[in-house]
Amino acid sequence: MKITRIILSFISAVVILFSTSVVSFAKVVGDKIVLGAAISLTGKYSSNGVHTQNGYNMAVDRINSMGGVKVGGKTYKFEIIYYDDESNPKRAAQLAERLISQDGVEFMLGPYSSGLTKAIAPVTEKYGVPMVEANGASRSLFTKGYKYLFAVLAPANLYLDVAIDLAVEKNNGKPVTVAMAFEQDAFSQDVRLGVLDAIKRTGSKKVIDDKLPKELNDMAATLVKVKQMKPDVLVVSGHTKGALTAIRQIAEMKVDVPMLAMTHCDAAKLSKQHGKNSQYALCASQWHKTLTYKDNFFKDGMKYAADFEKEFGYDPPYQSAESSAALLVFKDAFERANSFDQKKVRDALAATNMQTFYGNIKFAEGGQNVDKPMVLFQVMCDGSGKCENKVVAPTKWASAKLIHPIPKWSER
Amino acid sequence: MDFMVFQYPMITVQACLDGLLLGILFALIAYGMALQWGVMNIINIAQGDLVILGGYIAYFMYLYGIHPAWGVIVSPIIMYFIGVGIYKLVINKVVDRDLFISILATFGISILFMQLMNFAFGADVVLANSGYGTTMLFDNNVTLPNSKIFSAVISIVFAIGLVIYMKKSKLGRAIRATAQNSRAAKILGVDTEKVYAATFGINAALCGVAGALISITFTIHPYMGLPYTIRSFMIVIVAGLGNLPGVAMSGMGLGVFEEFADYILGTEFRIGAVFLLLVLILVYRRFKLSRKREYLK
Repeated sequence: MKITRIILSFISAVVILFSTSVVSFAKVVGDKIVLGAAISLTGKYSSNGVHTQNGYNMAVDRINSMGGVKVGGKTYKFEIIYYDDESNPKRAAQLAERLISQDGVEFMLGPYSSGLTKAIAPVTEKYGVPMVEANGASRSLFTKGYKYLFAVLAPANLYLDVAIDLAVEKNNGKPVTVAMAFEQDAFSQDVRLGVLDAIKRTGSKKVIDDKLPKELNDMAATLVKVKQMKPDVLVVSGHTKGALTAIRQIAEMKVDVPMLAMTHCDAAKLSKQHGKNSQYALCASQWHKTLTYKDNFFKDGMKYAADFEKEFGYDPPYQSAESSAALLVFKDAFERANSFDQKKVRDALAATNMQTFYGNIKFAEGGQNVDKPMVLFQVMCDGSGKCENKVVAPTKWASAKLIHPIPKWSER
Repeated sequence: MDFMVFQYPMITVQACLDGLLLGILFALIAYGMALQWGVMNIINIAQGDLVILGGYIAYFMYLYGIHPAWGVIVSPIIMYFIGVGIYKLVINKVVDRDLFISILATFGISILFMQLMNFAFGADVVLANSGYGTTMLFDNNVTLPNSKIFSAVISIVFAIGLVIYMKKSKLGRAIRATAQNSRAAKILGVDTEKVYAATFGINAALCGVAGALISITFTIHPYMGLPYTIRSFMIVIVAGLGNLPGVAMSGMGLGVFEEFADYILGTEFRIGAVFLLLVLILVYRRFKLSRKREYLK
């Protein structure tokens, strides 16, 4: 009795094993190019994971409906296999293994966040699988000598250094004093390094350099110090909770600072959650819909935003836009390589030099995009309390003039 | 190390006041934990997650245009029933077992709640705006957000209300009797099963109040529960069970300690300092206990 049960369970295990491996995909099935992606659909990154997935899907539909990818005189369509990495780096690495060795995927799209991209990159590198990622900005991704990793976005150290330059410019070219509060994750620390570089370059001085914890929801101590030291610029980067907490407590504690620069305002829906209190905050962004870059698939940012809203019911955050751009890059590379050979596609990717609605894309040796500057937008509200993000720097794309210094709370 | 907090008297005052207001809120959460620990001998790891869930209730009221302050009334009512539900589903099966089993069970509930909240409400950090403004003291050098004052006042009101309820009401007396000796209470006709369910419900309701207050004063997020569990655990350890003034004092003490740790060690060590303090207190307690044992020998 017991033995038959053991034999039965052994047989069923074998059957299950075979049934999963039989349905394995090859890189190109019929007229389909199959890409693999591990995305955070659950767990702490799930909202941005969904933005990423929507961006990918939007581009797949658009490219397929506009003629697909032409390689060797034949037309192919994109298809993506998704797995949920549960916002967990270990899981993401396992899934990358699985996509490559079981599902036979030969080209990958990136996950959401620097941390998860860091976990996946060694795997894709090991198998020589080209990966175009759109959501890992940490500088450390581009200093490891990866050959198969390409990022369409600007690296994290370029997020807020523009703000320091801007403050110096507004101070008639004289150095400024800077207060900094950064979370201790890879991304925020890279942003911090960029700011430190800018401080050094401009001869400015840092007066506060606080580190924020992962479970941050109170930064009153930092803000009290800011009140005391009266710096010219306050820079905060701590993901969405950093942005939300900073705005709430700056308003409550009536902290007056001439310039406030942050990251993740988009994702935090700052103006929606805080209304007028978020006014005048400067935010670093990879993309904004008013930028005038163009391509043949999405036309421009405004058109992309309108189409995205029609399809998914919300204004696209930059995480979606950059994810869509990743597929445009892949299409371009396949057509230039005119082959599905991984090495040839990799070389074609490395030679990318194109404009998309999201920005110019040209990869440096390390795989980061060096042809697309960051933009800074400022939250501006009208009399009725309706707030909008307007690009104020770099001046080439500015749709509004920077308001500086921020009016004092007593005058608002 | 940064001793700026002692160099400017205004910052010292600010830190003390911030800490006290925060500590009162912590004490409310800890009081719920102490109550349930004392009555049922269960350490509830899911305490912080109940707090966050309460916060989401207030947040959703805010989303639908109701002022989040009403959350301090609505949230505990809903949370009471959720608490009783958890008791009936899980806790009543572990209530008489040893402490380790109940810790495991509530740990499981904690993970389940985190994931369910993430699933239901998304992973975004959210908050509810009360629009209460700010109180300025000492020539605008010390600022106290009115939302923090509001939370402290509401916490005190609920704590006092609960003390009176425990002293005067029939259920309160039954709860106290069960805490003292559950077998004796049972023999004398107290329905201990009902008392347990009510205790767990009251604890969840207190968490609901605290959660609503946290959504008004700070931010909430599905994975933010654990620091609140740790803080209340620590407060209860210091104060001892069934010692309400002790819980209030140690709550406020912890609040001030945290604020000063924030200034001196840096914000990144804020929670770390709480953990460290917890370890030190546990070691000290053990040391004291072992000396007592020797003396008994």
